[in-house]
Amino acid sequence: MQPPLESSAVQHTESRSEPALVLEAQGINVSYRRRPVLTDISLSLAEGLITTIIGPNGCGKSTLMRVLLGIERTDSGNVWRQPGLRIGYMPQKLNLDDRLPLTVAGFLKLAARMTLEDMAYWAERLDIDRLLNRSVHNLSGGEWQRVLLVRALLVRPQLLVLDEPLQGVDIQGQSELYQLIPKIRNELGCSVLMVSHDLHHVMAATDRVICLNGRICCSGHPDHVSVDPNYLDLFPSHPQSVSGIAHYTHRHNRSQVPIDLANAVCNVNSSCQQMQTEASHTISGDSSVGQ
Amino acid sequence: MSASELPIISSLFSLLISLEIAAWWLMPLLSGCILATMAGPLGSFVVWRRMAFFGDTLAHGALLGITFGVLLELNVTLALIVSSIVLALILLPLQQQRAIPADAILSIIAHGSLAIGLVALSFANHIRVDLMGYLFGDLLSIQWPQMLLLLGVGTVVVALLIWQWSGLVAVTVSPELAASEGRSVFWLNLLLVILLAMVVAMTMKIVGILLTSALLIIPASSSRPWASSPASMALMASLVGIIAVMGGMLASYYWDTPAGPSIVVSALLIFVVSIFGRAVSSQLRWS
Repeated sequence: MQPPLESSAVQHTESRSEPALVLEAQGINVSYRRRPVLTDISLSLAEGLITTIIGPNGCGKSTLMRVLLGIERTDSGNVWRQPGLRIGYMPQKLNLDDRLPLTVAGFLKLAARMTLEDMAYWAERLDIDRLLNRSVHNLSGGEWQRVLLVRALLVRPQLLVLDEPLQGVDIQGQSELYQLIPKIRNELGCSVLMVSHDLHHVMAATDRVICLNGRICCSGHPDHVSVDPNYLDLFPSHPQSVSGIAHYTHRHNRSQVPIDLANAVCNVNSSCQQMQTEASHTISGDSSVGQ
Repeated sequence: MSASELPIISSLFSLLISLEIAAWWLMPLLSGCILATMAGPLGSFVVWRRMAFFGDTLAHGALLGITFGVLLELNVTLALIVSSIVLALILLPLQQQRAIPADAILSIIAHGSLAIGLVALSFANHIRVDLMGYLFGDLLSIQWPQMLLLLGVGTVVVALLIWQWSGLVAVTVSPELAASEGRSVFWLNLLLVILLAMVVAMTMKIVGILLTSALLIIPASSSRPWASSPASMALMASLVGIIAVMGGMLASYYWDTPAGPSIVVSALLIFVVSIFGRAVSSQLRWS
């Protein structure tokens, strides 16, 4: 059930002719207070592809993303970015201090290299043009997410980085957003790096999946990753149906996680039946539930 | 000499006197306005970034700079600016470390340097130092050279602020977004801290060490409820500061109150009126 980590990676190259890389990370190690968060991460992002990093909450997804962006220190390893690479970053959340008066338009105008034409275009495209003169301090979760996405697009990104783009967005908005991302990719010709804790949603919109849990467990095409034993270990249950996903902390020891796989009915997207499993247990935060 | 000439002479004389008084008042007034103009935007940044204690520490530490200036017989204002910048550069990395909480560090340095400054000043027996002037400000004693220096510093500060405005605001709103967009967060933070140090050093002259952060924070806080953008808040803060300087100096002239504290009191009055005015106007809008 637990193949050695190093040999477990599912390697599926998308194309034989190597596309140009926009970003490459090698041997990244990050730890907080001597507790490892990321261990020996190496990955590369190819031009024009949508890559999704997926893993349970607290597996180091956001940290890895911040390392790739160059805004997080690493203990070792290095990140190469295409020289002059323009990165549009949509953070998972951004809490603005109420003491700073700011309208949506004012917030968007802070983007480096933005033009008013671009702002008008993307604001209409993402349906936030009516919000431009509103204060950023009273937007709904979904509205704020779209504003953040527009800000990321305004830098004319060659690499678009989206950290959990679904938080606070309703189901309708989620599928709209996921349909939009490949369109944006085609329009701008940019690479996309997404973080999600839910492969199910990103399946259709992604070219390559990297499954992360402190280290890279497996990676490749979503169809292959979704049946990879390492992936199933990590996601024994349908992520959406388990409110206890938060119990999955980085402290959990993979070898101790009890797993009970059972097929469940997939009622949202039929293409992901293989990965639908249901856990009949809860996993405690301190992972003391060994077997 | 005929009697009819006397009134003309005396009125000429009184005109001269009033001109002299005006000139005497003009310099502190202009200096105060220049400072209030600088303090508006910098004070806004202090409010946005929760740096009130940082500014206070710079002001307290400035006494050490004054002491060095006096002991080494340098120009005190220049010594003040240089020492404030040096202190700011020392404080900046100290805020990143985690061993001691940031507010404790700031408090230790603020009062430590104030105490060292006071002790060291007592050794400078041969020089008369107006300690009260440094603690509570000595706006009325400002002379031409100081005002020109102030004008120069003010021009540089405002020019740098305008030049780097969107970068400074972007870094304040979200350092991560700004960094990902390729802005140099480190240099922008450094610029802001140096500008703040310069303004604190100059503001000390008006309201003194103990009230400097009041002149930074009160005008910015007064304009917050009415502002819809960072720039408008900064401009309004400058305006509030200028009105406070004028009000404080009028009070000082008519009631012979100390100028620095009077300026802070009039800023405080504007703040109270602003907050109540906002509450009333939003009540009216909803009813």
